[in-house]
Amino acid sequence: MTSAPAIELRDVRKSFGKTEIIRGATLAVAAGERVAIIGPNGAGKSTLFNLMSGRFGSTSGDILLNGTKIDGLKPFEINRMGLARSFQVSNLFTRLSVFENIRCAVLWSLGYKYAFWKFLADLRDANDRAEQVVDMIKLHKRRDVLAMNLTYAEQRALEIGITIAGGASVILLDEPTAGMSKSETARFVNLIREVTVGKTLLTVEHDMGVVFGLADRIAVLVYGEVIAFDVPEAVRSNPRVQEAYLGSVLADAQAADAQTAGAQAAEAVR
Amino acid sequence: MQHTGPVYRFKPYNVGRWVVWGVYALLMLVAPMLWGSSLALTMLSQMGIAVIACLAFNMLLGQGGMLSFGHAVYSGLGSFFAIHTLNMVTKGQLSLPVSMVPLVAGFFGMVFAALLGFVTTRKAGTPFAMITLGVGELVWAMSLMFPGFFGGEGGISGNRVVGQPFLGISFGPQVQLYYLIAIYAFVCTAAMFAFTRTPLGRMLNAVRDNPERVEFIGYNTQYVRYFAFIASGFFMGISGGLSALNFEIVTAEVVSALRSGAILLFTFLGGAVFFFGPIIGAVLMVLALVLLSEITQAWLLYMGLVFTFMVMYAPGGISSLIMMNLRVSSFGKLRPLLGCYLALLGTGAGMLAGAGAMIEMVYHLQLNVALGPKLKFMGATLDATDLDSWFGAAFVLLVSVGLFELTRREFVRQWGTTQEEIEREIKKREALA
Repeated sequence: MTSAPAIELRDVRKSFGKTEIIRGATLAVAAGERVAIIGPNGAGKSTLFNLMSGRFGSTSGDILLNGTKIDGLKPFEINRMGLARSFQVSNLFTRLSVFENIRCAVLWSLGYKYAFWKFLADLRDANDRAEQVVDMIKLHKRRDVLAMNLTYAEQRALEIGITIAGGASVILLDEPTAGMSKSETARFVNLIREVTVGKTLLTVEHDMGVVFGLADRIAVLVYGEVIAFDVPEAVRSNPRVQEAYLGSVLADAQAADAQTAGAQAAEAVR
Repeated sequence: MQHTGPVYRFKPYNVGRWVVWGVYALLMLVAPMLWGSSLALTMLSQMGIAVIACLAFNMLLGQGGMLSFGHAVYSGLGSFFAIHTLNMVTKGQLSLPVSMVPLVAGFFGMVFAALLGFVTTRKAGTPFAMITLGVGELVWAMSLMFPGFFGGEGGISGNRVVGQPFLGISFGPQVQLYYLIAIYAFVCTAAMFAFTRTPLGRMLNAVRDNPERVEFIGYNTQYVRYFAFIASGFFMGISGGLSALNFEIVTAEVVSALRSGAILLFTFLGGAVFFFGPIIGAVLMVLALVLLSEITQAWLLYMGLVFTFMVMYAPGGISSLIMMNLRVSSFGKLRPLLGCYLALLGTGAGMLAGAGAMIEMVYHLQLNVALGPKLKFMGATLDATDLDSWFGAAFVLLVSVGLFELTRREFVRQWGTTQEEIEREIKKREALA
């Protein structure tokens, strides 16, 4: 008997009002696998992450974490079962220091819960783990700086740090390199690879360099459906993927044309 | 740079903290010796009570980002339970030292916080504030509906001198009660400070900063808020219990929105950002409520003005002003700013004198006209019906407003350059490190 996939989606659907964003997505990621989810804008990549992490409830279908159904659970319940996520827009504890941010993310996993009878300073394991994560994300020099005073790249690193600190086995990273320069991105990919050793990693990415550098397998999401899920080479040569991407490129071009045409028309009227 | 084993960090014995706490205890100890009059003693007692209340309130406001509009409910209910407990002790139905009565009040404050907070803390932000307002009104209405417990208009009175004096302490003389209050205030301050350094206390900060993210690191934000609310209710209750012992009478007014408003206002004035801010706020609260209200009838108007100015120009309250200047002084750059501070102080006093004279004259004309048109103001005699007084006051006000604005601009410029210098200094030190 093979062990259950680390995370599995079975015909998951999600509608906002009458608009169906996720239309029967199916995906099974094995433990330890690194998967990049790609797809054109509006394909529902972030929504998929929001469903898996419990931010939204799905309309129908099943989501399983290590074989256990997690749809309908609250984010903190899913997190306690071993799934952690990062956000596209940095989502930090702005008035706490780097170290405190990380330590907050460590506390539950070490079983401190809502304790008010213990001093943080005495929690050796939590402090050691937090120091270790601060080192891993290479912010030890900025240890005592408030999160709000960090540079953009540092905030992104802290975002990853908070995500991995609790030791979750399944990590979802939502566009970890968004808005970074080329050299920062390269360093960051290395960092992600380092801190997610031995974990199941799902990441949403637009940067194809990152995707091919990081992922064992690539899932292509188009209009709320996973149309391909395979190793990078196979995905690249997949005709449906090419069509979808080409299609979206064409659509973008058409939209741009329409816009210029509209602008010209407006100019003419004036 | 990866650590594999445990991380050892040099932890020096924190001398500064011991000094600060020592001074705090010493101040409480010697205050009645420095200010021994009965008025001063009453005020000091009230300050101790207010310190507990404002700090407990700030557990929610400053540390949890929860703005409660009805927090006097918990201190007030604590007061009622304290006075009833005291009366039971007097009647001999209960055997309990008077010094323990505040703990009973704290217990009931906690019980009601657990009961009512279960509803309020389900929400955060504006809905939270609205629900606390609603709950506050609810309890206020109840206080009028159940005269048996709340004592109706007259309230419930008691007598704190009960039973045999223990080591000569009967709590009859105010100074004995003051020391009881001081002990409670010190212990509660220490306990609330300790709370900020526990896992729950830190997660409360996290919930304040970013409740959404907290949900994704395994914590239920509702529980974090709820537990903090209960803790806050406990300390509010203690403060209420002490206040019942202090006044020996409790009226429905203690659960009113007015009381809640005063706690909110002065906590904010003292500063919600730093732990010690509410202590300053509490001292100011008693000074304003007892002294300022004696000096002038227009005290509420002055309070409103001060509050408005603080919110506009120093939203971090007095404590953050202190901390900002400590930072500047730690870089040795405070001296050049002193001139500006003196000028600001002088022109500010001028503004206050001018505006104050006019306000006092208006109040005098409206309320004290039977006493004749003349009134004393800051040692000068003003004639409220004479144009000269009005012109004089207006002149002082306008000139000092003009000068104040000029110095303010100069100060803002200087402050900016000082901050830039400090930033550069920090960068330099970082580069060296």
